[in-house]
Order: sequence, then C-alpha cells, then structure tokens
Amino acid sequence: MELTQEEREILDGVQGRSARKAMEILVALGTIYGAQGMLPVSSAQIAGVSYDNLGEAGLAFLDEMAAGGGRAQVLATLNPAGMDVENWQALGISPEFAAQQQRVIAAFARMDIITTCTCTPYLAGNLPHFGEHIAWAESSAVCFANSVLGARSNREGGPSALAAALTGRTPAYGYHLDETRQPDLLVEVRTRMEGTHAFGALGKAIGDRLQASGKKVPYLRGIEQASLEELKALCASLATYGGTALFHMQGITPEAGQVRQPTDAISIRQADLKQAIESLNDADPDEVDFVSLGCPHLSLREVRRLAELLQGRQVRGEFWITTARPIKQMADRMGYTQVIEASGARFAADTCCVVAPIKGRFHAMATDSAKACYYAASKNRFKTLFKPFDEIVLGALKP
Amino acid sequence: MKLQGRKIHPGQIQGEALVTAQGISFFGGVDPESGLVVERGHELEGQSIAGKVLVFPTGKGSTVGSYTLYRLKANGKAPLAIINAECETITAVGCIIAEIPCLDQVPLGQLRTGQILIINAEEGTLEVIEG
Repeated sequence: MELTQEEREILDGVQGRSARKAMEILVALGTIYGAQGMLPVSSAQIAGVSYDNLGEAGLAFLDEMAAGGGRAQVLATLNPAGMDVENWQALGISPEFAAQQQRVIAAFARMDIITTCTCTPYLAGNLPHFGEHIAWAESSAVCFANSVLGARSNREGGPSALAAALTGRTPAYGYHLDETRQPDLLVEVRTRMEGTHAFGALGKAIGDRLQASGKKVPYLRGIEQASLEELKALCASLATYGGTALFHMQGITPEAGQVRQPTDAISIRQADLKQAIESLNDADPDEVDFVSLGCPHLSLREVRRLAELLQGRQVRGEFWITTARPIKQMADRMGYTQVIEASGARFAADTCCVVAPIKGRFHAMATDSAKACYYAASKNRFKTLFKPFDEIVLGALKP
Repeated sequence: MKLQGRKIHPGQIQGEALVTAQGISFFGGVDPESGLVVERGHELEGQSIAGKVLVFPTGKGSTVGSYTLYRLKANGKAPLAIINAECETITAVGCIIAEIPCLDQVPLGQLRTGQILIINAEEGTLEVIEG
C-alpha cells in the first residue's frame, strides 16, 4: 500500500499512540482488501456504543484511545447507546449498567466525537453529500448513505470507523471505487409499495434472495415513489437480511441513471411480500407485552403521526419510542411529547430495542420494523408481531 | 518446514499450535473470561485457545468480536499468535488492538495441533520445529 509522508509519520507515532493504533488498523484493512492507498474521509459514524455489546474490554479500549490523545479529525457521530442517556431510570435500566454506559459516552466525548447516539445520523446533522467518501458503521445508515445519498462507505465495524475518525482516512477499496458500485442483480418489483412495513418486507424478500444467490448490489425497478421513512426502512431490512451496503432504485436514487443495468433478474410479487411478512410474525396479538417503534430511529414526521394516533388515548402496556435526541427535542417543542407520554407510551431517546439490555425481559414484541424483528428473535429471544405503523399503534390502545 | 505468509500484525513468538478447519466467531463463540471455545458443535468446543498459536481458516460473526480478542488479552487468555488462510476485518482489528501477532495467506494443510511453531510475523514466516 502506498502511504503519504503524513500517513507514514502517523504510523511512526508522530501524532501520538492512539493515532498510530488507528493507522495500524487502517493499513491492515487496506492490505487485506488490496487498497492502493488511503482516501480522505469527511465523516465517520461509530458503532460499538452500547455497554451491552462492548463489555469491560471495549470500554477499556476506548479509555485507552482517549488517554492516548485520540481526537476526531472529521465530523464523527455515535450509534445508539444501551439506554436513554438522560432518562434511563424510567426505562428500568440498572444503576450499574448506567454508570458503565456513561463512562463509554464520556470516553467518546473526550475524543471530540459527537455523542448523538443515533442510527440515523443523516437526520441529526451528519449528512454527507453525493460522492463524498465517509467511514460509517451502522449497517442501515451505510446502506442509506451509499444508496439514497450517493456518498461512499464500506460497512465499517466499531474500531475501524473510530480509526477513520481519528485519522480522517480510510483505505481505498470496496464501495469507495466505481466498479464495486455497479449492480449485479435486477429486481423487478411487481407490486404496489406503500409504508415502512411493506418496504421492510421488501428488504427481507430481496435480502434473502441476495444471500441465496451471492449477489451484492441490487438494482430495483418498478417503484414509483418512496418517502424518506420508507427508504430508511428498506435500508435497514436489506442490510439485516442481505448484508447489503448499496442498492440502486430507478428514478429515485442518484446513481441509478449512471450504472449498467444487470442481466441477471428476479421479480418480487405480492406473494413474495406476503411470505416475508408471514415469516416475521410468530406472536399472537394477545401475547404482545412490548411495543417498539423506531428501528431505525423515528423521523419527525413519524413522531408527529404517532402523536395524532395517540391523542386522548391510553396504551395498554410497555410502549417504547426510540429516536435521536434532536428529534425528541423538536417533539418536546411541538407538544408531541406531551401528547405521546400522556398516553402511557415512553420515549427512549439515544437507544433502541436492538442494543438496550432487555434480553428476556419481554415475551412478544410488536413493531413495524423488519430489522427489529430479526434482533428481537435472535438477540433478545422475543416472539414478534410485524404490522404496519398505524396498526401497531391502534392495536396497542386500551379499548 | 518453513512457510511464507503475510504480516497482519507484527511480533515474534514460539508456541504450540491449536488447529481447526472451521471458522471462529470470537463474539459469542469464545468465552472472554476463560479462553474456552463455547460455540455449540465447533470442533474446538471446550478447548482453551489461551497461550496457543491459534490456526483457523478465517473469522466470522459480529464485528464486536474484535473487542473479545482485546478482552481475552486483558484476562491473560489470548492466543499467543493467530494464523489464518484469509484474515478478515474482525480478526485483523482484534489482533491490532490486542497486540497479538497475526499472519495470513499461510497454507494451513500441513499444520497440526501440538506442533511447535516459531512465528516471525514481521517477516511473514512460520517455522515448524517439532511434531
């Protein structure tokens, strides 16, 4: 790999031991994946924030990187933490867990990393533009940045995204290169698509086909329009079930008009969506003791819709709304929070049902998110009820 | 017998090989407190990777596995070195942050559990001196 003078100096420790460690990580990855050199990045999104996933060793590593002089060289934001950083008591988090989680966040803050704690950094001030090289972890956000925004990122892990943040660089391979961004499977969508639930089901249906065929980059045709929220749901689901970092969508995503249309093709019909939906439903509505909306984190428009649906009503059981802190603050200002919390539903900002320490705490979870269904079953051992957004909310109300 | 590979993380070490033909997921597959392989049905299940030259084709599973290697090192239960056919992100990053010598692109076919190996990761070489 060819390194610049400055990059070699970082590797020699001129900028401190944390920058050196970061550069060692990037050089190793560049070597493994055959990068010619490094690229400057303008943004980083760092995963591995929840203490539930990091453990004591992860925390010790972050403390060491902060102590070794590591400082973010570019705009860097964080994935969800294991709790609402300001309101963890109300959500049943133990004081011991909270103390360790606060230490994790403090270590990131010492490195000048912005402690947003969201899986939707693009809704919270970290919004790369077309063609920008970035180093993001958080699989749903990587898929959104590559596909919807046309920025360029590989699927980073926690330490490699941190390494990019501390050096402002990433090795030039994978989705940073034009050739890797070419689609290899044409997907004809032959059914009308509407809502986050349907787009999540579409991501599951396509993701399963990608896994089975070894294809990486789907080119979707036949979708006339898609909202921000629908694209957010599709990205999360495709990344979860297909390992997808990039898709193109004719007429909607920015590179769709520039790439070669692939010759291998599949069709997705109503029956395929129905099958995907059925595969994510194993809970009876009567069994549900946990409702979770906000995977990925809810947008302002979704929070507003929730307030409309919950106005003057009461929910039956535990009902979490996960979103980014800035979205919650706007909801506070607009009075949505008051309406929502008066119903008994609760905001869990900064966190999500995938990374919070809730394994075994509930029996069955209701959600509109195909991604949340996957982790509820695999990580937390919950049954799942997968329905459209409005139906989830209406199903959670007291009669 | 001397084999040539590629340096992922430098270091020189001599130790006993523990060889598997199966991939290893450090997160969930290895207990960070004891160093025991706990993945159900893995051919190394129940064996300790602590203090061994761990030889396996490639890593798999969650990227959090890098932190598991760091945690093993902190607990004195890390492998002495790691030898892969194809190193991937999780193992490479784990070896760098835990400072475990690591080589890849090594032909694994002639390596057996119990052999004594000398690793020179800087040179990318591996020598079987016994067994």
